[in-house]
Amino acid sequence: MQLTGAEIVIRCLQEEGVEYVFGYPGGAVLNIYDELFKQEQVKHVLVRHEQGAAHAADGYSRSSHKVGVCLVTSGPGVTNAVTGIATAYMDSIPMVIITGQVPTHAIGQDAFQECDTVGITRPCVKHNFLVKDVAQLAVTMKKAFYLAQTGRPGPVLVDIPKDVTQAKAEYSYPKTISLRSYNPVTRGHAGQIKKAVGLLLEAKRPMVYTGGGVILNNAAPQLTRLVRLLGFPCTNTLMGLGGFPGTDPQFTGMLGMHGTYESNMAMQSCDVLLAVGSRFDDRVIGNPTHFFRADRKIIHIDIDPSSISKRVRVDVPIVGYVADVLDEMLKLIESSPQRPDAQALKEWWGQIKEWQRKDCLKYDRKSALIKPQYVIEKVYELTGGDAIITSDVGQHQMWVAQYYKFDKPRRWINSGGLGTMGFGLPAAMGAILANPGATVACVTGEASIQMCIQELSTCKQYHLPVKIVNLNNKYMGMVRQWQQFFYGNRYAESYMDALPDFTKLAEAYGHVGMKVEKPGDVEGALREAFKLKDRLVFLDMITDQAENVFPMIPGGKGLTEMIFAEEL
Amino acid sequence: MRHILSILVENEAGALSRISGLFSARGYNIESLTVAPTEDATMSRMTIVTAGSDDVVEQITKQLNKLVEVVKVVDLTDGNHIERELMLVKVRAAGKDRDEMKRLADIFRGRILDVTDKSYTIELTGPGEKLDAFLQAIEPGAILETVRTGASGIGRGERILRV
Repeated sequence: MQLTGAEIVIRCLQEEGVEYVFGYPGGAVLNIYDELFKQEQVKHVLVRHEQGAAHAADGYSRSSHKVGVCLVTSGPGVTNAVTGIATAYMDSIPMVIITGQVPTHAIGQDAFQECDTVGITRPCVKHNFLVKDVAQLAVTMKKAFYLAQTGRPGPVLVDIPKDVTQAKAEYSYPKTISLRSYNPVTRGHAGQIKKAVGLLLEAKRPMVYTGGGVILNNAAPQLTRLVRLLGFPCTNTLMGLGGFPGTDPQFTGMLGMHGTYESNMAMQSCDVLLAVGSRFDDRVIGNPTHFFRADRKIIHIDIDPSSISKRVRVDVPIVGYVADVLDEMLKLIESSPQRPDAQALKEWWGQIKEWQRKDCLKYDRKSALIKPQYVIEKVYELTGGDAIITSDVGQHQMWVAQYYKFDKPRRWINSGGLGTMGFGLPAAMGAILANPGATVACVTGEASIQMCIQELSTCKQYHLPVKIVNLNNKYMGMVRQWQQFFYGNRYAESYMDALPDFTKLAEAYGHVGMKVEKPGDVEGALREAFKLKDRLVFLDMITDQAENVFPMIPGGKGLTEMIFAEEL
Repeated sequence: MRHILSILVENEAGALSRISGLFSARGYNIESLTVAPTEDATMSRMTIVTAGSDDVVEQITKQLNKLVEVVKVVDLTDGNHIERELMLVKVRAAGKDRDEMKRLADIFRGRILDVTDKSYTIELTGPGEKLDAFLQAIEPGAILETVRTGASGIGRGERILRV
């Protein structure tokens, strides 16, 4: 059957079961939009800025484990989307980005709205394609979806010149595909798994440290079983929250720069460390030299060989899908008569409990000002810990990570790797479309929210009842915190003068706005907001300007060199 | 440590920039890079000479393998191998130096490809050090122009890199 390139694009999306495409039309993609218009299976969500399209597709994927799809035009359409693509790349989110390009004969001529899309996006995609021949379009789309979801997931971009969307070719969509140059190792090495289990069963002071890989690979059930079976303490990275239940007594809280005292101390003091789907990032272990002052055996499970021994040398590397590797480990442990040394484990837990008594997340509960931590605790209580929470980047992001206990995966959606302000609201749109009926809250700050605030309009058009919790301290809080600690209180450009009246702004977009200025009003306002199930509510919470995120490991310091609220 | 990486890569537009982009983005060093199609026209073979600690070279190899268009990567310096580079050098060859230049070219088994009454253009093949040695052997002022291909390499004996 002969189809045009534009028809082929839509047919491929239908074949892949794509429900939503987030996008923005323009000259180079008009043929594709025309075909979108002629069918109903693939729904389109019109954003207000292409960055929003990429973040929304990303939030859709993170909250659903499906591939997020976005569609933008050539030139500025693409460059606007780049921040969103880089965000997805850093956090390994499976996405397919379809971009229009000027006609093939105009490529390289500095044509109107031309840019070297493949060149610009090359360092921030898993792979990208420029399709110059319509006969290659269907197979390229298949490759894109395949690459995005397999191995270490990531965004894949398909750049399609306008004449290719007009040209015709015989259409058939391949059922399966294989690439000779792409064969990720997916099954862990049996010998290595055995060795790892041996180490775990011999451990006296074990620690389990897991990251976004557990979420991406849907390995939370296996991880939870393993940790409970062994009775070991478990910490999650920022990206890994929800991989192990946040309310479980074996959970020691997040680790890293703003992690708990007990998690960081246990990371440094353990004798066997099991790292699962995590990458020993600088925000997680701080200074690697300091980390290595302590002697421990490290087991590292990851789908990406290049994540292993990148920053930290490990003793037992295991490359493979983490869910499968954990399954294999569980089988071995369950069939073994050996169990970890109960006495040693009891002593280790005694030590951890002692660290926990430091109560490192305590804050002033009697303040006359709204404490941001209190707001998060209330959001947690009122949503029963079961909401999908998206966030932007900064202090508010850390407070959610510290005070909202995520019991399930895919409920915590934030830009961990790239740290993209403006992520939260569009990501919440994607999350709410992927999870109809779910409570979706975007915890943000007055600086971050303004980076993609135009999406309030999209929320109106598609009736997306996001609850926006704006922790408004009139500062770029995390920048201010660093300036306070490390730059002699010189608050260079971190104060925002002339903020809009967010209540009126929300109302102008057709939403509900509420301003909350007293701690006593926080709970009531949140209750009211969550009751308005079908409305977007913008809660402008005027919080304590001086509040900081503690504990904190200053940049370049080691895991045990934390500073605490009481020390300031 | 100097390493020679041999890479089989899909012969597709953009593959070269993906690889060179990886080196610049991650701050790896490239001493030389050569690339040309193989007997199988769908594939190119690239030789990259790089330097770095074992950890860095391990990361380079892993990162290269991660690129979707890279079919295979081998570190030739892991075993016995042959390394060759081609250099064309134009030298001043006039007056009393003319005979000496010819003798030096012969000693290094160079071939004179082009002659004028003031210059020779010499072709030299060998490992990089041999080419360096030739350039050091002649008076610096006599060198008018040099062009080098960068190293190509292949494993010795039964060591074969193919799909």
